[in-house]
Amino acid sequence: MNTWLGLDPILAVGAVILLAILAYAVLGGADFGGGIWDLLATGPRREQHRLAIAKAMGPVWEANHVWIIFILVILFTVFPPAFKSLSIAFFGLFHFVLVGIVLRGAAFVFRANAETTSPSWRLWTQIFGAASLITPFLLGMAVGAVSGGGIRVSPAGVVTINAAQTWFSPVTIGIGLLTVALSAYLAAVYLTVETRGEMQEDFRKRSLWAGSVMFALAAILLPLIPTGSPHLWEHMASPLSAPPMVLGVLLAIVSALSVYRRNYGLARFAAVAQVLVILGGWAFGHWPYIIYPDVTAYNSATAIPAIRFLLNTLPFGLALLIPALWLLFKVFKGEHPQAETK
Amino acid sequence: MSNLDAARFQMAYSLFFHMMFAALGVGMPLLMVIAEGLYLRTRKDTYRRLAKTWAKATGLLFAIGAVSGTALSFELGLLWPSFMEFAGSAIGPAFTLEGYAFFLEAIFLGLYLYGWDRLSPRGHWLTGVGIAFSGAMSSVLVTATNAWMQNPVGVETLVNDPANVDPWNMLFFGNSTWPLMAIHSTIATLAAVGFAVAGVYAWQMLKGKRDEIRKHGLTIAMAVGTIAAITMPLTGDLSAKVLAKNQPAKFAAMEALFETRKGAPLLVGGVPNVETGEISYGIEIPYALSFLAHGDFTSEVMGLDQVPRDQWANVPLVHYSFQIMVGAGVVMMLVGLYYAWLRWKRPDQILQSRRLHWILLLSSPLGYLALQTGWIVSEVGRQPWIVWEVMTTASAVTPSPGLMTSVIGFTTLYTLLAVVLVFLLRRLRHVQ
Repeated sequence: MNTWLGLDPILAVGAVILLAILAYAVLGGADFGGGIWDLLATGPRREQHRLAIAKAMGPVWEANHVWIIFILVILFTVFPPAFKSLSIAFFGLFHFVLVGIVLRGAAFVFRANAETTSPSWRLWTQIFGAASLITPFLLGMAVGAVSGGGIRVSPAGVVTINAAQTWFSPVTIGIGLLTVALSAYLAAVYLTVETRGEMQEDFRKRSLWAGSVMFALAAILLPLIPTGSPHLWEHMASPLSAPPMVLGVLLAIVSALSVYRRNYGLARFAAVAQVLVILGGWAFGHWPYIIYPDVTAYNSATAIPAIRFLLNTLPFGLALLIPALWLLFKVFKGEHPQAETK
Repeated sequence: MSNLDAARFQMAYSLFFHMMFAALGVGMPLLMVIAEGLYLRTRKDTYRRLAKTWAKATGLLFAIGAVSGTALSFELGLLWPSFMEFAGSAIGPAFTLEGYAFFLEAIFLGLYLYGWDRLSPRGHWLTGVGIAFSGAMSSVLVTATNAWMQNPVGVETLVNDPANVDPWNMLFFGNSTWPLMAIHSTIATLAAVGFAVAGVYAWQMLKGKRDEIRKHGLTIAMAVGTIAAITMPLTGDLSAKVLAKNQPAKFAAMEALFETRKGAPLLVGGVPNVETGEISYGIEIPYALSFLAHGDFTSEVMGLDQVPRDQWANVPLVHYSFQIMVGAGVVMMLVGLYYAWLRWKRPDQILQSRRLHWILLLSSPLGYLALQTGWIVSEVGRQPWIVWEVMTTASAVTPSPGLMTSVIGFTTLYTLLAVVLVFLLRRLRHVQ
């Protein structure tokens, strides 16, 4: 078998996709979460909340968003048949995701020049918020659906979908909701680091709310997995996956406690780590499947040259991206970045 | 409407929409960088205000370009799943490289738009250079995917011996369609943006707003527009030669050349009748087509008679689009030359000449017209193939039901966004 630097090249690509998914989750996810808090903003300081969210997202949201393009490009470059099957299975869902992505980006920039008291501000706020809520829900559903076993792909490539097992499965819907809660939690925790005073207290409260919802959803979801997604459960029940699961729970507790005790730096760190562990755990459980049970990374991988191309160019791409991203986040996301601007 | 027609319509409309903003993503950063560079050099405040104003517009427009581009990467699979299954690994490498370039562009844009007070003046300007450069690179690299669809180098290897495919060769260094297409279409975006921006200032000057900031704005836009417009015919001519070699059937459709001929004439205008193979109302320039295609007045140019009837593109549409593109290009070149002459001989007239302002106003959409008709020539001219002479568009389309809904949905969404954008851009004022 062909190897790449002595590694299984398909596994290496899997790792690259996982990294891109993780980056999208902790960066893009927080942008969605920002939109959710924008929608849910209440109280005397609600327009200040919205301005703080817009300020936090403004410089970074477009870059954060590129991760999903990377995920798609790697999928269709290395696993073309899997991309085809996903595109057919998610024809409707992805179209709604697209509408969500287009509308929230457009509404966000359209709103930027409006006065907070104008009707156009209200309109764009509602569109931005609603799209920010629905899009991660749909993306979460997609993650649930590829693990659920309701999407079947025949050897000839014909895609059939068992709707009850896919769209209406409690696990699929639960993962969608959990994605929304995680996004909201991440955003609220990030905003506690980026704001001061009363605003910081507001976002602390919101973090605790989102964290509670997250715990509740996870508690409801867990007993549903053995029947709703037996393939994931098989992995979760194995002794090997116990340490990361315990770690995930611990990190969630540490993060929530740190928010409670107003140690926001640690809370942000633990919240990010928690998302990485949860998603990583899902990915390890799901691997090597792309669409369970018919499409795996191995039976849909293309020939070696395109894989090599991707892996060989990656270090050069990252050598450009990482310093640029570092600069972006250093300039706009240091400690209390919003405290120092006028 | 069949699934094929619906999918083609949605793809065409999405690309048409995206192209408007993608071009701005390449062109506007260059204008901003020039203005800010002049500010750093001369310390004239009008240049800083120009750069800031253009940055404001770009912030609005780039976001729409970015999200509609994301939509396109999904739509490739949603509309053409079998094409992506067949060609994903062939064109994916170009998308990967474009991904890095676009990522950098998005990062630098964030730094530029929000970093006026956080970066040193020079550092800020450099992030602008980063946007302009990575924007142009995105355009150059992503064109390789389309170039491969036009000229699928190495497709036999891809099908028969996939382990020995060479992506660099297929997409870039071994594909003669790519370099010219990449340069031609990237310069076209600069011409489009230069003329469009100049038109805005000419319009304001016609309304009596003749101040220094508008004069500088017009000058920078026309500098970019003029240089781009003058170089377009050169890359266009070279592209035609490559096209005549790699895609003679498309070349025949562009020229509405029904019969294979030696010493073929160049058709200017004309209404082709695909049933009878006759042209009405056209002007023929003897031998010129043979020369354009092969650099030899007596050479043979392949006509549509050598292409099976069911493999013809939509000849009238391709021919008219080509004529419009070339016509717009020629007019822009002449306008650019007139502008350059006026600026050289009578620089005071830039602010005063109503004739110049009318000419610039009327020619301001020509760059976009040429850009879009050029892509129609490229894409409609490729039909019925999605991958030239390898895979038909009809065999690539999705089997999914509900395509009509998505077509109506996307058309409505993009049209509404465009209306809102026009409204918001009209309210944009120069930053103080």
